[in-house]
Amino acid sequence: MNLKINNGFKSIAGLLLLISLFFAAPVMAMQNDSTVVDTSEVATTASAEATVDSAAASTDTTVATVAADATSTTTTAAAKVEEVKQIDPQVYKNFFYYLLLFLVICSIIAVIGKIHSVYVLTRKMNGKHNELGNNNLQASLFLVFLIAFLAFVYYSYDVWGSWSWRDAVTEHGKDIDRMFIITLVITTVVLVLTHIVLFVFTYIYRSKAKSKAYYYPHNDAIERLWTIVPAIVLTVLVLFGFFTWRSITNVPEDLQKSAIQIEVLGEQFAWHVRYPGVDGQIGKRNYKMTTATNPYGIDFNDKASWDDLQTQDIVIPVNKSVRFHIISKDIIHSFYIPDFRVQINAVPGMTNYFQFTPTVTTEEMRDKMNDPNYDFIMLCNKICGQGHYNMGKKVIVVTEAEYKEWLAQQGKYFTEDLQKEFASNNAVSEGLTTASVN
Amino acid sequence: MSSTVLSHDAAHHDAHGHHHETFLTKYIFSQDHKMIAKQFLITGIIMAVFAMILSLLFRIQLAWPDKDFPILEVFLGKWAEGGRIKPDFFLSLVTIHGTMMVFFVLTAGLSGTFSNLLIPYQIGARDMASPLMNMLSYWFFFIACVIMIASFFIESGPASPGWTIYPPLSAVPTAISGSGLGMTMWLASMTLFIISQVLGGVNYISTVLNMRTKGMDLWKMPLTIWSFFLTAIVGLLSFPVLVSAVVLLIFDRSAGTSFYLSDLVVQGQILPNEGGSPILFQHLFWFLGHPEVYIVVMPALGLTSEVISTNSRKPIFGYHAMVYSLVGITVLSFIVWGHHMFVTGMNPFLGGVFMITTLIIAVPSAVKSFNYMATLWRGNIRFTPAMMFAIGMVSFFISGGLTGLFLGNAALDINLHDTYFVVAHFHLVMGSASIFGMLCGVYHWYPKMFGRMMNEKLGYFHFWLTFIGAYLVFFPMHFMGIDGVPRRYYSFTEFAFMEKWVSVNILVTWAAIIAGVGQLAFLVNFFGSIFRGKKATQNPWNSNTLEWTTPVEHIHGNWPGEIPTVYRWPYDYSKPGHNEDFIPQTVPFSQTMSSNMPHDFEGNEEAIRIQEQWNKENNRVEG
Repeated sequence: MNLKINNGFKSIAGLLLLISLFFAAPVMAMQNDSTVVDTSEVATTASAEATVDSAAASTDTTVATVAADATSTTTTAAAKVEEVKQIDPQVYKNFFYYLLLFLVICSIIAVIGKIHSVYVLTRKMNGKHNELGNNNLQASLFLVFLIAFLAFVYYSYDVWGSWSWRDAVTEHGKDIDRMFIITLVITTVVLVLTHIVLFVFTYIYRSKAKSKAYYYPHNDAIERLWTIVPAIVLTVLVLFGFFTWRSITNVPEDLQKSAIQIEVLGEQFAWHVRYPGVDGQIGKRNYKMTTATNPYGIDFNDKASWDDLQTQDIVIPVNKSVRFHIISKDIIHSFYIPDFRVQINAVPGMTNYFQFTPTVTTEEMRDKMNDPNYDFIMLCNKICGQGHYNMGKKVIVVTEAEYKEWLAQQGKYFTEDLQKEFASNNAVSEGLTTASVN
Repeated sequence: MSSTVLSHDAAHHDAHGHHHETFLTKYIFSQDHKMIAKQFLITGIIMAVFAMILSLLFRIQLAWPDKDFPILEVFLGKWAEGGRIKPDFFLSLVTIHGTMMVFFVLTAGLSGTFSNLLIPYQIGARDMASPLMNMLSYWFFFIACVIMIASFFIESGPASPGWTIYPPLSAVPTAISGSGLGMTMWLASMTLFIISQVLGGVNYISTVLNMRTKGMDLWKMPLTIWSFFLTAIVGLLSFPVLVSAVVLLIFDRSAGTSFYLSDLVVQGQILPNEGGSPILFQHLFWFLGHPEVYIVVMPALGLTSEVISTNSRKPIFGYHAMVYSLVGITVLSFIVWGHHMFVTGMNPFLGGVFMITTLIIAVPSAVKSFNYMATLWRGNIRFTPAMMFAIGMVSFFISGGLTGLFLGNAALDINLHDTYFVVAHFHLVMGSASIFGMLCGVYHWYPKMFGRMMNEKLGYFHFWLTFIGAYLVFFPMHFMGIDGVPRRYYSFTEFAFMEKWVSVNILVTWAAIIAGVGQLAFLVNFFGSIFRGKKATQNPWNSNTLEWTTPVEHIHGNWPGEIPTVYRWPYDYSKPGHNEDFIPQTVPFSQTMSSNMPHDFEGNEEAIRIQEQWNKENNRVEG
């Protein structure tokens, strides 16, 4: 069987080699007049073609290997040729070289496979063949895999884990982090133990001569045990998680009102921020009032909107509760600040809220990270179109005093131009205020 | 009752057994479950290769965001001008990769193939309850595939709002170019696909319930049949909900309704839609979407149960517990969909409830994993390629399932939702695990499908490349997610904190390329062995189930004579006292007096008396 497959495989491989060379040849001929490098190129490939041709016919593929290896080394020399046309012929050429390289690798694997079958056949003829040899090999490979897997898990926790882990810089984030670590410890222990059990069992209980499996269809006691134990562990996690989740999302009404209110509007592909101004109230927004001069769609009939502030970044004071009103102008976006453990979707037609208290200023974070350019960043985390990957906003946490100072410098949405426009259009927009209000 | 139906069926079959078959009725519009299974499998494999190539394309973009690959322009034209994939097209690649893999490969390719092949074979039926519906099921699926691929050949490109097609992005063509004709084709394709699934599901359920052979009561069915049966129930109850979601979306797109749309200003244009809710779509979508992941993984669990038991030469440990945990997963799968929506603005209290149901579903999954390990314990394991894939499947199911404890927890999900952590999680637990379940099924039942054996050596080569490759590809993604890298990002170069992950992306992409190219070993093996494989024997794996009592050559009606009667459960491997290490389901207890156990007789006093008498006469002490 092996012989058959290998022969078939080789003839297919040889055929593909030939076909690819036919495709490659005209391209090379084109290159022929333009550069000197290519002349030698064609010569080599032509000879390669000949050898490959004969190799495909005969059973000895090693010749082809050598020849094709030679061609692939010349590729690097030819790769320096400058681009002439829109799609350089070199592109095609490289493509076929990679294809050739791949076919060579396939041939090598086929040859190794064949050598192995010949070896097995000889062993069989000499009566030395161990029927369970391959079984033992695969079992041992699983054991090797286990060790490599555990090493890989350790490496990734150690290296990538340290790359990815930054302590939360918000109050609720600390609860999330604690629960994350507890879950991580539980799952890691289970992962390691189950994999050790899985692969050690596969190794120990590999088929052996004359061995017979132990007929053991069930054991109700042990099954009950491993139903109840995960159930208990999960109950603990669920309760812990449920109360944490409630404490984050279920903010008492008086705390909601006393927090700093900030509105963030997502659109393709930018975020806009609105601070309530001195009155502490964010004015109404009506998407139908969106115009070129009022892209935010603020309803200036609501006097609360007149002092609303427009800012470039999101700036918040440390240790103060902030309540974000997240809305969207067009499609769904997601307001996501990884360092804060904050995420809520921006959904058109409804307002979502997320309230939290930052505990570390940007300056302190920079010191901690030892990176003078470090910034908290708010990302869009819901697929929203071609600019999705580039839709972020800087979040700056400052001291209370700095915050007040910064806030005083921000401009209003209700600019003088808009005031004039509003005054002249007042009669018209009156009718629109009855429409749905965000 | 089933036995009368069957004997009637057998007589019927004999009378009409020799109708003339043309090439067209035998290979194309076949109504034979074995041929339809092969059609599903080969179509599924083609779709898998296609979807895998798409994934390699976007992996290349992620690993080398600043490099040009002019060869891409040759194949992709304006979507990769100058050899760099465009952001729009990147999203299309991600979308179609997900759609094809989830629906076409892991739903149709997996349960379509093996339900069709194994349900009639393993329960002892001549064919499906409705062969015509079965054929239609395949052809609807096929047309769905053609439409989906055709969307690559239109001006505005294929759909690109992610496989979850959340409106308004998918509803407003001005929001992204893929939401034009491409999205229409996606929706048309999906509607046809759902028809295919419903036709198939009705068929699988009625076949399992009505057409079991004599003696095959529900508790004698192999776990494969249990899993296909429950999968079909899940599919039948949840896919129609996706139809409603899709139909309403079509109305929103084409008829100007506002089911999902409200308050939109897209590209400066105020849209007239009012009163709809995008969240409604998410509820409808995930009402299918979450059961869908169990539709994907349950058949894989069923196939691996069978393969692990057969190749450990040991009964599956805790057969009843395995069935009850499948039933538990089936029921729970309908009440956990909200865990995809913790941060959408759904009522947080509701989120808390969904979190509780979600974590409960981990219990039956844990029971299944432990039972697999208990099955291996003190076994006599034969490492066939199928067994390798089955063990790999268990490994993926555990390592991917564990991260579900993070994501199912609403509080932790705040920070992990829609990041690479999610990508890692579901690619391991439903992607890799199900693919491995499917491959394990292909290697194990290949002799039954094609009457030939696959090349083992290529099988091992394929396994190790894929197993190591999949871990290298998906495991590092967890850490990107913890760091807060969102999924579906076109490149990691725009934000300072992500740049360190580009180096890991290069590792991931190389692993993906090598594992992807390694699938050629499978393709060569699969298609080569159809013509050149070693001829299979009737029961190459010494297996107990009914399909191995049929002749190697496929015949219409599966069994040449009477359908065999079933006497015992399918897992009598290595039963003490028997001279062989397997006893097929068709062997009556009267022929295995030396190995019978008291509980085999299920309280039949006459049988117990006969057995005790025999034991006395033969000095047998039951242990």
